[in-house]
Amino acid sequence: MLQIKNLHASVEDKEILKGINLEVKAGEVHAIMGPNGAGKSTLSSVIAGNENFEVTQGEIILEGEDLADLAPEERAHKGIFLSFQYPVEIPGVSVTNFMKTAINETRKANGLEDMPANEMLKLIKEKAELLEIDRKFLSRSLNEGFSGGEKKRNEIFQMAMLNPKIAILDETDSGLDIDALRIVSNGVNKLKNENNAVIVITHYQRLLEYIVPDFVHVLHDGKIVKTGGKELALELEEKGYDWLK
Amino acid sequence: MDLKEKLLSSFLAFEQKVDINSTLHDVRTDALKVFENKGFPTKREEAWKYTSLNAILANDFNILPKNETAVDWKDVKKYFLNDVDTYKVVFINGVFSSHLSSTTHDGLDVCLMSSALTKPKYKMVIDTYFNQIANKEDSLTNLNTAYSLEGAYINIPKSTVVQKPIEILYFTTGASNFVQPRNLVIVGENAHVQIIERHQSLSELPMLTNSVTEIYAAKRAIVDYYKLQNDLLTADLVDNTYIEQKQESRVSVHTFSFGGNITRNNLNFYQRGERIDSTLKGITIIGEKQHVDHYTLVSHEEPNCESHQNYKGIYDDRSTGVFNGKIYVDKIAQKTDAFQQNNNILLTDKATLNTKPQLEIFADDVKCSHGCTIGQLDDSAMFYMQQRGIPKKEAKALLMYAFTDEVLKSVAIPDLQLKLQKLISMKLGVNIGFDI
Repeated sequence: MLQIKNLHASVEDKEILKGINLEVKAGEVHAIMGPNGAGKSTLSSVIAGNENFEVTQGEIILEGEDLADLAPEERAHKGIFLSFQYPVEIPGVSVTNFMKTAINETRKANGLEDMPANEMLKLIKEKAELLEIDRKFLSRSLNEGFSGGEKKRNEIFQMAMLNPKIAILDETDSGLDIDALRIVSNGVNKLKNENNAVIVITHYQRLLEYIVPDFVHVLHDGKIVKTGGKELALELEEKGYDWLK
Repeated sequence: MDLKEKLLSSFLAFEQKVDINSTLHDVRTDALKVFENKGFPTKREEAWKYTSLNAILANDFNILPKNETAVDWKDVKKYFLNDVDTYKVVFINGVFSSHLSSTTHDGLDVCLMSSALTKPKYKMVIDTYFNQIANKEDSLTNLNTAYSLEGAYINIPKSTVVQKPIEILYFTTGASNFVQPRNLVIVGENAHVQIIERHQSLSELPMLTNSVTEIYAAKRAIVDYYKLQNDLLTADLVDNTYIEQKQESRVSVHTFSFGGNITRNNLNFYQRGERIDSTLKGITIIGEKQHVDHYTLVSHEEPNCESHQNYKGIYDDRSTGVFNGKIYVDKIAQKTDAFQQNNNILLTDKATLNTKPQLEIFADDVKCSHGCTIGQLDDSAMFYMQQRGIPKKEAKALLMYAFTDEVLKSVAIPDLQLKLQKLISMKLGVNIGFDI
């Protein structure tokens, strides 16, 4: 589904990713772990098409199509979703209005009509219940004054609404208490199916107890230095990252 | 003959048309003298450094109002807040339009300046308030005083809460007109009123408006004043507003500048009592070669008062903006809390903005904060929205809309807020399935 081949990327002439290779198949959950500064968030930004990073070598291929020339919104329209580590506050735009805009723009890009209002409402209701989100929350300005946990829950709510093929969760567990962690992971697990895939980027093993990965990759200094099964996460938790350097 | 000469030489004819015997004759004559000495402001004056009227003054304007011109309600309906739920004082080319207006004398006065200036029963009020806080040094204010004849006269008695907003509308049409509306608003103790003022040209001909408004807020009065500026590109406006507040009164003025060619807003607050609250907010969204200049003054003259200023600007194409905010704190005005914020987004390299806080503080126990920013749109917010599938253009529009929200949400008239939301989304091209 997603293939990353020999990916190099820099920001302001500083090379951060130094040859990443990764293949994610439909139905899989991949975890990418690693110490601070290893390039985890850069990888997620580059896959999503953040123009602040320059891809100097390599390819990102989604279902056979090279994403190199696609803007972030075009990648989103093709099914890439990134749950942000720090979701941006947008005062004056309610969660509902933002979602309506996002969904209808995606539909438009895929040659579909706007989603009928009643269908939209039904979808919002269903996904809000999944993430245990209160109705009042949906009319608040996007992320404005949300707690860390609310922001993350809202990210997964948006993921549920947009139903992506590849969901990248960037440090989704940071700032979550145990209840929020349970709700968020439960949401992700329910959304997971045979036709999509999830990439979990995390510093700690904690989230992986809830969202169980098929593969764990360790990123260090811009490269994947080790790949294993879910037990690798436990080993990292115990030993730290130093032994892999 | 240039416009100044024309104004000087037509004064006699103007006074003959109005009430030459009135006590106002002296006031008018003195005012004209000031204008004669000073003339129109030029860029050589510090206060007009960034705004030039030269190109405008070259037009051949009619300076004396003609008789009422007919304008159909259906053609101007869109400029009003709504059909029935407001008082309306409407003028066409400076002349009162009775059929478009809805005035009252029932428990409050919402009527005409011309009546107030001429009828004996208003004499005391006029002597007390007319031309008292208007700046006696300012050339354009004096010009307006010399030619003051028509405008809205609003007098809200003590403890009266006016149940519906008052709309003051000035239309210009038919020929190139120079109009000089004069408004007087007197709000009694514990009274509350909401007023919307708009100047709108209906013909694509050069129009110039030099407006003066004096607002008096008595003890504990509450005044919410809204200026909606969305005029044609052929229209220019100099708006001079003077506000005197007595103790514990709360006055807010919101200025929405979306249109017009050159717009200059001189907004002056004088705090004359304790525990006063003054609010000055604005949203400017312009493009092409439009120019908007906000020139504000808050004069803190008594202890324990507050002022809040928040102006947002979005400048596209070759448009230019100015924000000059002066805060004066007298030496006795201890515990003053003065806040000033001016945030701007420039959408092109050609758009320019000059922003200047001007603080003159003579008291030592005060809190004065000010900040201004000039920037482009936030990259990380753009990326966030694009990541959710919203294309760059729409994301940009949505972000600009969000940028104005802080000011918009303090509009206290729900219908007006809705109208402004629509106007702003139209200006910004946000039409993306949004039930705002």
